[in-house]
Amino acid sequence: MPIWTWFGLRAGRGTTPWPRAPGPDGQEGVLGLPRLDVTRCVGEPGSCTDCAAACPSGAIRVEHGRPQLDYARCVGCQVCTEVCPREAFATSEDWAFGVRDKRDLRADGSPRDTTPASSPGGDAAQEAELAAQIKSFGRSLHIRHVDAGSCNGCESELQALLNPFYNLHRLGIFFTPSPRFADLLLVTGPVTEAMREPLLRTWEAMPQPRWVMALGTCATGGGTNGGGYACYQGLDGIVPVDLWLPGCPPNPAAIIEALLVLLRRRPQRVHGGRHAS
Amino acid sequence: MRHCLVRELRPQDLPSAADALLSALGEHSSAHGRMQFAYACRGDHDGLEVRYVLSQGAGQPYALWRSRPQGHALPSLADKLPLLGWYEREISDLYGIRFDGHPEPNALVLHEGLAPEAPPLAGVDRAGAPRRAEALPPVVPKVIGPDIQRLPFGPVRADIVESAQFLFFYIGEGILHYHPRLFYKHRGMEARFEGVDLRTGSILAERVSGIDSVAHALAYAHAVEAALGWRAPPRARYLRMILAELERLYNHLHYLGHLSKTTTLKVGEAQGLWLEEQVKQVNARLTGSRFLRGLITPGGLRRDLDVGKLDAWLDVFARDIDEYLQRLETTRSHLDRLMTTGVLPRQVAFDQGATGPIERASDLDRDLRRDHPYANYGKMRFAVPVEVTGDAHARSQVRMVEIREALAIIRQTLGRIQPGPVMRQEVLESADPSGEGLGWAEAVRGGLLYAVHLDASSQKLQRVKIKDPSFSNWRVFPFTVQDSNMMDYAINEASFGLSVAGADR
Repeated sequence: MPIWTWFGLRAGRGTTPWPRAPGPDGQEGVLGLPRLDVTRCVGEPGSCTDCAAACPSGAIRVEHGRPQLDYARCVGCQVCTEVCPREAFATSEDWAFGVRDKRDLRADGSPRDTTPASSPGGDAAQEAELAAQIKSFGRSLHIRHVDAGSCNGCESELQALLNPFYNLHRLGIFFTPSPRFADLLLVTGPVTEAMREPLLRTWEAMPQPRWVMALGTCATGGGTNGGGYACYQGLDGIVPVDLWLPGCPPNPAAIIEALLVLLRRRPQRVHGGRHAS
Repeated sequence: MRHCLVRELRPQDLPSAADALLSALGEHSSAHGRMQFAYACRGDHDGLEVRYVLSQGAGQPYALWRSRPQGHALPSLADKLPLLGWYEREISDLYGIRFDGHPEPNALVLHEGLAPEAPPLAGVDRAGAPRRAEALPPVVPKVIGPDIQRLPFGPVRADIVESAQFLFFYIGEGILHYHPRLFYKHRGMEARFEGVDLRTGSILAERVSGIDSVAHALAYAHAVEAALGWRAPPRARYLRMILAELERLYNHLHYLGHLSKTTTLKVGEAQGLWLEEQVKQVNARLTGSRFLRGLITPGGLRRDLDVGKLDAWLDVFARDIDEYLQRLETTRSHLDRLMTTGVLPRQVAFDQGATGPIERASDLDRDLRRDHPYANYGKMRFAVPVEVTGDAHARSQVRMVEIREALAIIRQTLGRIQPGPVMRQEVLESADPSGEGLGWAEAVRGGLLYAVHLDASSQKLQRVKIKDPSFSNWRVFPFTVQDSNMMDYAINEASFGLSVAGADR
């Protein structure tokens, strides 16, 4: 009869010090969402639409003859990086895509600094209100998760947050069974018609102030799975969203970063469709 | 359809064909030779057609029955071949075909009250939006008596889990009736394939059930390759096996961690999930994706992989895995809770369509990797574990052996793999004249089949039917819950290792 406690102690500490101290985030080699450098897209404007035609989720549109990328719809399949004859799309390790304003997920690919939809500071009045709300939570956060039609990839990564490597509890963030105790509603999936009502009822059952996070590309913009006879295109028009995190699925470190962005314990990395290095 | 012996049947001949199938099995139902699934599609003649896919045993081609409904109706075969019950209900919901004499003629994938005016897949036009409506309660048997309690649990449940509703009727601890209401997550994935190109099809297949991304992409690629007469080059076939076995590895480790949670073995839970995480991190270093996505596509792989360090990466935790399994196998408190819990008898497993580790735990010796070899499994030496007790312990036992075998298959593959191209999109054997192919893979959760219809000239998909193993096993699961008790439920459910996304599609 093994003495599990002994084996557990012998195994030692598996938890990474990241993000509170330098250490591995566990995402070595993980491909993020692609980067767009529109200056490489030379030639007659509109003469090449290979990227938009190949994109399986409608994230790329050619406007004024040049491609634009909406990360809210990007599933990170990397097809655009393979079909572009001029390497305007490149693979990257950019995955910390949590943003407060969805417009920050739109990239027109220009190399110059675009005017961000939300400046890092944001609107002053809104900022003050949010700061007050966060203060009322202290630094802790309780999350109610609702699966509104995901492929289970997002759930797999959310469950990973509780494994010994990420050990989310150490950051004061907990999952709670009851919406009555929850500060944050975390939604995955494109929202199926059958889940629309249960999702709304969960949201209504939460005390205020409450926040909503759209997790995964299905929830932020429908991705490949939204639409059709059974599905919507994510949370737009269904519940108000405070934080958008695309990714298919977002990896556990990306989820941790996004939760800390929400709590103002970490700066937002993506502005105007550009990911800070 | 390529890989199938086709038989046309008039509707009135279907029941006798089902009888003949049953009598051919004889007294002892064999694990081989069984109805697999049914689906509807557009026929050669304007109208709709229903197809039944049957396996005829190891090494044999599959059989395909085709039948055209008369007056939108066919005789139901669910009373003879119970595993068809759900497929027939799904076809009724989506195509409006009636199955006369069905023992449970209720809605399945479109919940009561949410079905659009016209069946969504019956016409040529695809409805662009869901019908906003109020769902009605599900049809369940009346359970009447003193002190009976009714507990609807879900669809939003505790913990980080997939959405589904479980209805319990119980007295004290004893469960009288259990009804899982699935399909809250029905996204209409099969319809999403219609009209897209072959590469987009593989991106979609990877997103039907995220934790089965490899198996879905693989079965899909096999089906397309069968239809077009393609064959992936040797290196791609070896790499596909490595990907498939890595998927089995991280899933089964997660399974054991989760099972330990339900038996309150806290350290066992932590170690199982920690090992799962380490495999996922290896996946990412090898492929760029923790779910091994973005590689498998019809014709081979989208890019080559450097597997030079894989052996060393696996060495880091291979011994930990072995010790972990040994420890679970000798922990009495854990085993006590698994043994005799949720027994699935062999006959029920066969009749209701159990697949994968679930059927192998109930003495049905069947594994697509061995019986209908694909990739290079025919060249590998590996054991297919079979248990006879059919309880939660047997189900976990099968998975434990499969973890060891998965590591062994990866090592064998690494010893044989040679440099070479990983993509070959050329016709090596004649293409299927009707542009149809059947493909399969032994997924982590059991037999996964794709039936693909495509237009060979434009290389666009017309109809894709997905037979997911969790659809099969969710149908079987309630048979182990009725007459059991509430205390065992969580352990029993964990021992099945079901995916809701795969079943709901």
